[in-house]
Amino acid sequence: MENLGYLLAAYTVIWAVVFGYVFLMQRRQRQLQRQLDKLQKTAEK
Amino acid sequence: MNGKRQLGNRILLGLGFALMVAALYMVFIYAPTEKNTGIVQRIFYFHVPVAWVSFLAFFVTFVASILYLAKREMKWDAVACASAEVGVIFTTLVLLTGPIWAKAAWGIWWTWDARLTTSLVLWLIYIAYLLVRSLAPEADRSARYSAVIGIVGFIDVPIVFIAVNLWRTQHPSTIIFSGGLTGEMLQTLVVCIAAFTVLYILLVMQSAGLKRMEAAIQRLRSLQEE
Repeated sequence: MENLGYLLAAYTVIWAVVFGYVFLMQRRQRQLQRQLDKLQKTAEK
Repeated sequence: MNGKRQLGNRILLGLGFALMVAALYMVFIYAPTEKNTGIVQRIFYFHVPVAWVSFLAFFVTFVASILYLAKREMKWDAVACASAEVGVIFTTLVLLTGPIWAKAAWGIWWTWDARLTTSLVLWLIYIAYLLVRSLAPEADRSARYSAVIGIVGFIDVPIVFIAVNLWRTQHPSTIIFSGGLTGEMLQTLVVCIAAFTVLYILLVMQSAGLKRMEAAIQRLRSLQEE
């Protein structure tokens, strides 16, 4: 079990980066949806 | 049409999840421990697919950039940009997992050998691609400038791939094609490559959708201003 720390570190880094990217994309989607709703309301006035 | 697309997305998501679970099972339980480097060799099963996906991502950016310049359709720009973004994420992972393996196997985090250096250059090229996009004042100019980088920058991809054969490097050679893997190891690698390819497709679809949404908002804003 020598070097187990390196193995865990590598897999943790991979999942942290992938989930971080997915989280940022979801946040951006929410922001864009809010902007779109706002524009739609202004257009309806 | 929308319902069919949603069903397709769900199938792809399910397939990606199943493949990733299978990949993790195979990496940690099914594949035997390599004799020379020991348990740390298991980093290879995610490091290689991540590198493969980054090459694929930049190839898609290259093709979509050519299509954008030829047809001037923003949908190609969205695909090129989304793929470059995902490519940068995966190249970052290559540059992070490689040194972790190197520290355990070689005793050093980094060495300026041909494969590592050309990989770092590749990452910098596509960081420049994303920077140009964010700095260019208009959407059209941003798309044109970045398409040129997307085409020219792709030259580095085959260089990274053949670097281990062109120069004497510390990085291991391409053992996949030379039969250096046992049956279980090769099967594990194939499943991992499939899992990461599906993940790449899902991420690009999501990111390209956001780019199209951004463009639609921009168009609506300019229409309201007129």
